[in-house]
Amino acid sequence: MMRYLPHTAEDITAMLATVGANSLEDLFAAIPEGCRRKGEMDLPEPLTEWELNRHMEGLARENAVSPEFKIYMGAGSYDHFIPAIVPYLAGRSEVYTAYTPYQPEISQGTLQAIFEYQTLVCRLLGLEVANASMYDGASALAEALLMAIRINRRRRVAVSKAIHPLYRRVVETYFRPTGFEIVEIPYLKNGRTDLSAIAGSGELAAVAVQSPNFFGCIEELNAAEAAIHADPKTLFITAFSEPLAYGLLKSPGSMGADIACGEGQSFGIPRSFGGPGLGMFASRMQYVRNMPGRLIGQTRDVDGKRGYVLTLATREQHIRREKATSNICSNQGLCATMSVMYMASVGGTGIRELAALNRDKAEYLKNAFAQAGFSLPFTAPTFNEFVVKFPAGFDAIYRRLLEKKIVAGLPLAPYYPELSNHYLFCVTETSSREDLDQLVKEVRA
Amino acid sequence: MNPSVGATGLIFNEPLLWEKGARGRCGFSLPRRDVAAAPLNESLQGEGPDFPDLSELEVTRHFTRLSQWNFGVESGMYPLGSCTMKYNPKTNDRQAALPGMAGIHPLLPIELSQGALQLIYDLERYLAEITGMDAVSVQPAAGSQGELAGMLIFSAYHQSLGRPRTKVLIPDTAHGTNPASAALCGFKAVPVKSNEQGVLSPEVVADLMDEDTAGIMITNPNTLGIFEENIRQVAEIVHARGGLVYGDGANMNAIMGIVNLKAIGVDVMHLNLHKTFSTPHGGGGPGSGPVCVVEKLAPFLPVPRVVKKDETYRLVEDMPQSIGKLHAFYGNFGIQVRAYSYILSLGALLKKVSQFAVLSANYIKARLKGVYHLAYDQPCMHECVFSDKLLEPYKISTLDVAKRLMEMGFHPPTIYFPLVVHGAIMIEPTESESKEDLDHFIDAMIRIAEEAREHPDKLHAAPTVTKVRRLDETGAARNPCLSGR
Repeated sequence: MMRYLPHTAEDITAMLATVGANSLEDLFAAIPEGCRRKGEMDLPEPLTEWELNRHMEGLARENAVSPEFKIYMGAGSYDHFIPAIVPYLAGRSEVYTAYTPYQPEISQGTLQAIFEYQTLVCRLLGLEVANASMYDGASALAEALLMAIRINRRRRVAVSKAIHPLYRRVVETYFRPTGFEIVEIPYLKNGRTDLSAIAGSGELAAVAVQSPNFFGCIEELNAAEAAIHADPKTLFITAFSEPLAYGLLKSPGSMGADIACGEGQSFGIPRSFGGPGLGMFASRMQYVRNMPGRLIGQTRDVDGKRGYVLTLATREQHIRREKATSNICSNQGLCATMSVMYMASVGGTGIRELAALNRDKAEYLKNAFAQAGFSLPFTAPTFNEFVVKFPAGFDAIYRRLLEKKIVAGLPLAPYYPELSNHYLFCVTETSSREDLDQLVKEVRA
Repeated sequence: MNPSVGATGLIFNEPLLWEKGARGRCGFSLPRRDVAAAPLNESLQGEGPDFPDLSELEVTRHFTRLSQWNFGVESGMYPLGSCTMKYNPKTNDRQAALPGMAGIHPLLPIELSQGALQLIYDLERYLAEITGMDAVSVQPAAGSQGELAGMLIFSAYHQSLGRPRTKVLIPDTAHGTNPASAALCGFKAVPVKSNEQGVLSPEVVADLMDEDTAGIMITNPNTLGIFEENIRQVAEIVHARGGLVYGDGANMNAIMGIVNLKAIGVDVMHLNLHKTFSTPHGGGGPGSGPVCVVEKLAPFLPVPRVVKKDETYRLVEDMPQSIGKLHAFYGNFGIQVRAYSYILSLGALLKKVSQFAVLSANYIKARLKGVYHLAYDQPCMHECVFSDKLLEPYKISTLDVAKRLMEMGFHPPTIYFPLVVHGAIMIEPTESESKEDLDHFIDAMIRIAEEAREHPDKLHAAPTVTKVRRLDETGAARNPCLSGR
């Protein structure tokens, strides 16, 4: 007997009799012979719960994770403390095992939580409307660019080269069959986007920059806004991979962004080899009807009680079919729920302190590297990531440190061939000062 | 008659987050500050977001109360058609939460993530074996992104032959995501009418299929819960004119170990790990939508691919014909871990899963036939579709039935879909429910049909015992309030 399958021999006999079939095989009589599988599936012998535990623990041991390893790597996936209440509350089965809240009367928990998520994302990003989530930061950026094209019907977008290189590759995938054009905007010596390149790029549907950008540098969003809105029809898109930065920095909306989108993994979601994460997506209210993804709205029931429903569904594929604003259907609902639990735990006072702590620790390491004589090529201010340039031959030291269970940043050369010997470091609240001192000592040795 | 499964009990009112708390509280254990403050240029600094300040108990009580307003699979039977709301085994969550799984950074050197890469590699092999397809990528983050991957492969394939095509055939029974995914790739969706038996006719497809059509998207079993028995002839017609066949695997729970998708002519398909492979639906994701292809389309799969060479798992980027990347990293790995755990727990018993899912749907169909109108009286697979036609004389609609079911302790089936059935009630019980629970559900449906005749007002007023009653959805759309003040 398998514990997930309740059917006893008596049940099967009785049910087959009701149906009027002689055997389980009979139920599939409508399937022509030529469509059938020959022989049984060749899959491993089923494991007991206890055997599965042992097998999975074995696989898990083959992966390097903190605290055994010291991993100074961010690049779109961040090591932040997750309060015990987040997985506990998100694991409550009424939330965890429900689906899309099509029946609002018995889904108010999901609906209110996502409404609260939308609201806190709006407050974080300084914009008026946020959707119920996208798959990840990368597809959120692709969808933001397509949304801009729907709004102003132009065919070309510009994307900063300082945007996460893997996000840009996802954008290329989404754009390939459309015929729309992507122009790349170079970055400056200081690590920021070269805004002067926007003017010569022709008629643009949108310009996207990331802040903090892939190099960790904080972009001058006010200057970007002025350069981009020099053409009032062009939309200003701000991407991000580290939302915690907005605990400290001015929000994209307050700096004139039309759409802000990015990855929300930092807010209570484990790294989990890069997914599931959370595509955060917000815009100005005037563009809501062109927005992809689900939206929760507040309304009243027949007795006048406050409640929440899925709304503006006429943008969506189950009604609009091929004219929908996107094909997105299931999103990252549970991750959005986890992130609102996290935002509520940290709170307004806490997020400020936590963000400051991330920056301060990163600055501590940055200064320690500088004092040790290493080069910091990008001079723009940073949040919790920054780039260090090591002398040629550092890769041997990098490998030696791996053996000591230290991952000394992310080598940038695979993503930016011009940046050989450049490494992207990340420091969060999870690193102690002793850890950082030890890292610098090892790198110098 | 059994007493109703639904009962009433005490739940709590709970305000919105920002209507609670007081400035200066914090529900988070702020880490020790062991470095000096490093001032940041004033011009870059903001005020910080206006989040409420709450204690840990305030947060915990808030979300506990909210959860009590929800209905999940563990609350009761959730026969939402096309969504496969089966039991989500807890052991799968345990495995995904292991520190060596939940804590992995995606860009580690491959020698530090061999366990994760092996898991992806093996999961892709198992999914290939289950479907009969040749190669799989688990990168798409949900079913609709799997569909997008499939349509990108259609586009790239025809492009590679130097003959781009502009249209895709989509049956009228298809999920709305199908035409939307095709449109994202610049294809015009051409609707195909299903016949009186609720399936595709080869003749209709033959009339529409031309040299400008990239292929066809077919859900099989279709959304009426019927196996597309002409699928092979349809596939032959499409293939003969140079097209490809896409299989929407949303309904794979009906045919594991029974149908070979490659043998029926499918070239590309997606799976929904959150449906067939038991991963939790999470109130709307995260899902996972692996894309599976035949050999000749393997070069088009998303990169990176996980390959095994010299007993080491590697990530391969060098695939010039690949459609590219769909996700920043490798898709929803945490969901893949759960599906992998499920497959290892069942092995070839997955065939039993499908047999029992189909048995349960046919059992419901047999017992409710005549009580509700059966739109297509055919042998069904894992779901059956009724309608409200017999209740029309009493002015009772599908919506009323759905709302009354809640009071009786059941999540309603999918309603008003598929669109080809007016007032559709689409029931998918899954293999998880015991015969007794199916009987409770059937009894409730029969009782509602009786009430429709005797106490129609009771149905119109339902639900009355839920946290809120029927909500003003029109008003919500007309004057959108999408965030709180």
